[in-house]
Amino acid sequence: MGFDQYHEPPGELPPPTRTFARLCASLTEEAEAIGWYEQRIALETDPEALAVMRDAQGEEFKHFSMDLEFLLRRMPAWREIAQGILFQTGDIVEHGEEAEAETFEGAGAGAEGAFEAGSLGIGSLRGASR
Amino acid sequence: MNHLLRSHAPISDAGWTLLDEEARERLTPPLAARKLVDFSGPHGWDYSATNLGRTSALASAPSAGVSGLKRQVLPLVELRADFELSRAELRDADRGAEDVDLEALDNAAHQIALAENVAVFHGWQDAITGMSEASPHDVLELGEDTDSYPARVAGAVERLQCDGITGPYGVALGREQYRRVVETAEHGGYLLFDHLRKIVEGPLVWAPGARGAVVVSLRGGDFLFESGQDLSIGYDSYDADVIRLYLQESFSFRVVTPEAAVALTA
Repeated sequence: MGFDQYHEPPGELPPPTRTFARLCASLTEEAEAIGWYEQRIALETDPEALAVMRDAQGEEFKHFSMDLEFLLRRMPAWREIAQGILFQTGDIVEHGEEAEAETFEGAGAGAEGAFEAGSLGIGSLRGASR
Repeated sequence: MNHLLRSHAPISDAGWTLLDEEARERLTPPLAARKLVDFSGPHGWDYSATNLGRTSALASAPSAGVSGLKRQVLPLVELRADFELSRAELRDADRGAEDVDLEALDNAAHQIALAENVAVFHGWQDAITGMSEASPHDVLELGEDTDSYPARVAGAVERLQCDGITGPYGVALGREQYRRVVETAEHGGYLLFDHLRKIVEGPLVWAPGARGAVVVSLRGGDFLFESGQDLSIGYDSYDADVIRLYLQESFSFRVVTPEAAVALTA
């Protein structure tokens, strides 16, 4: 595993980006665990073992949700899109397209990759040199 | 489109990219407070107050048999620095000009960064209590003699330690103080900058707007900066010659542990 969550040289990445990458890796692991438990639960016949695994899967739901909330707080554009998709009824893909358009339309192309619509995405500078 | 109205501005996509990159480049060095305090957010432009978890008494209740309390919150403040850019300059940028005059943006970036620093380190009347005014420690004198800087900074660290405030620590240095530190080599050629870094075990930060210096603990949880809308460029208006834009942010700042900072005067 090592430092696989980094796609770029870690030494060149600012601390907030490294933290963000760690939580992205954690989110992936929690999602994988949810899927694995789901498969085990589908096959298990022992009621006691099932209860234990359902409880464990519930922990992963919590971990996944906490990771996701952290990431959404750090990246408002992602949060804005998520708000247009999550916990809505209706067509998921349609909501996704609308949320994406609404989030980036107001930002102008200059905001591509920025943390919120129009934001310069500066945030915390702890660990920045000088 | 949000309140920044960026898509209403007669600025090309490439122009916005240029302006955002220039602003980011100019803002990052002087934003000293963000290098020393805990930052949370951004929570968005419509986020208006920080929860303090406290209440205040109310003189009366709406009816007999009940009591009431009022929640206390810390309102966010808004900072805005207006500037104008030449439309001709931006058109030249679209043609590929490399030497575009963005001085007005640069000045606005410096002004808003300086204002943020002043608010955090020294306060903003009726809006924010700054570190130095909240600190219960006597203000130490830093002075102009750099020979005494290590002893003064070590004295500030010792005061923090006496109050149980653990490190690492960081130092925000005003422009003049920072210049003195970086240009000074002590006896034997040891850089004063490196010596002070060893004393505080943390960063020395260039802090335009800071008066003198402020030594703070970096252990976390002592100084909380909450961002509503992080620094952004918005659009105001235009005419045939210029585009009027502004840099803007909203935030609150609170000192949770007043003892975790020691101010040193210039």
